[in-house]
Amino acid sequence: MKNIFSVAGVVIKELYRRKDFYVLFIITVLICLVMASVNIFNDAKIARYLKEICLLLVWISALVIAITTAARQIPAERENRTLLPLLAKPLSRPQLIFGKFLGCWLACGLTLFCFYLFFGALSAAREHQWLVLDYFQAGLMHWFMLGIVVAMALLGSLVFAAPSSNSTICFIVIGGILFVGRHLDQVAVSMHEPLRTVVNVLYYTVPHLEFYDLRDLVIHNWPLIAWQYILLALLYAAAYILVFLLAACLVFRRKPVN
Amino acid sequence: MTAILQTQQLRVEYRSREFHQATKVALKGLDLEVRAGEVFGFLGPNGAGKTTTMNVLLGFVAPTSGSASLFGIDVRQPIARQRIGYLPELTYYYKFLTAEELLRFYAKIFGLTRSETDRRIVELLKLVELESAAQRPIKSYSKGMQQRVGLAQSLINNPDLLILDEPTSGLDPLGRMKVREIIQRLKDQGKTVFFSSHELGEVETICDRVAIIHQGELKAVGRVTEITGQHANLEKAFLDIIGFPTPAQP
Repeated sequence: MKNIFSVAGVVIKELYRRKDFYVLFIITVLICLVMASVNIFNDAKIARYLKEICLLLVWISALVIAITTAARQIPAERENRTLLPLLAKPLSRPQLIFGKFLGCWLACGLTLFCFYLFFGALSAAREHQWLVLDYFQAGLMHWFMLGIVVAMALLGSLVFAAPSSNSTICFIVIGGILFVGRHLDQVAVSMHEPLRTVVNVLYYTVPHLEFYDLRDLVIHNWPLIAWQYILLALLYAAAYILVFLLAACLVFRRKPVN
Repeated sequence: MTAILQTQQLRVEYRSREFHQATKVALKGLDLEVRAGEVFGFLGPNGAGKTTTMNVLLGFVAPTSGSASLFGIDVRQPIARQRIGYLPELTYYYKFLTAEELLRFYAKIFGLTRSETDRRIVELLKLVELESAAQRPIKSYSKGMQQRVGLAQSLINNPDLLILDEPTSGLDPLGRMKVREIIQRLKDQGKTVFFSSHELGEVETICDRVAIIHQGELKAVGRVTEITGQHANLEKAFLDIIGFPTPAQP
């Protein structure tokens, strides 16, 4: 575990010493700030629309940070050849993969915490109430969803040579799952065999990232979701994270690093 | 003396991804033995298989057949690398870290205690003369300074075996002298050094034994005096062994 935490520490250090991360962070914060300060048509309920747009922005920014950070980890190590002195130490390849994952995931968690804290403070200032537990549930689910995304991008970085192609494919796949994933079973009904089976298998195989989208909870100040369902969703995410990481370890196991 | 680095019938083939291209054989049954406490020079022309051998020893490349071990442990197990230090040919370190942070990171991987880490960092930064630049990011270092950071990281765990891949390549005469001094000091401390180099004069000066490899095959191994034999120097012997015709002396 010590080695995994050491690798994760370096990933986090790299992230907060990079300028592009701050640029994205500041842009998101500025847009949220501007949107929160406007009062369209003097409508008291306009805050909900603004919250929706701001949260969408937070989701997009968090996805961009998660995918771009995870997708470049191993390729950058290979390209800069920092992998050589690192793997010449008593560090196994699975430890490296798990360390990279943990670093990216924790960094995403830290970013999400800042985003949600800022967003919560902003909306509380307009609505004069702050449902902290709603925000906690939404943030926690969002963080676990990013865990799946990070693990998927790490696996992709070992399969596809260039980080840019990996990032693009990850964006398309994750976008596809978020927008189409939930409807695949209904699509399958209208199809003929064997396509129906293929689409059904796809429906039950892909990680349903839409489960983790609790934006409506925060936007409409709905009551909390029962914690047992949250726990189940977290276990579901943990299972997918593990599967993607084990697949990454398997791909990386005998890959030459020179 | 016991062998701490050993390869037996080591064969490495690189399969081409192109359909019509043949498999490249980088090593053809290499048998090598490095004993404790010796400075061992590993020589060969470019593409001979030196780096491939080192890559196998460090677990970067899996052998196609045969075996390799460090301290009697199969190189595929990470624990085999617990007592070694490795300096790559060129400097490949995290440029966003400072020298001190880099050394601390590697010390953690070796499982050094905090007090031991602090002591080693002070010692090594002094050894490579980087105390004043320890808090600066590595990206601001000159090439020579980066090479010295590399040397410091290879020594962080006080290794019993040091594997150096062309350690003096790209260094100025002063830097080369410094590296030679460090190798000599390690030898005096009873450490084993296994290094590849194209600087045959340097090898002649500091090595106890040398091996010459060519086209993936071991051509000669022995003490420097044995290899040199009736030749004027190691360079002439080397050229003769690899089958390169030497110009006749006037």
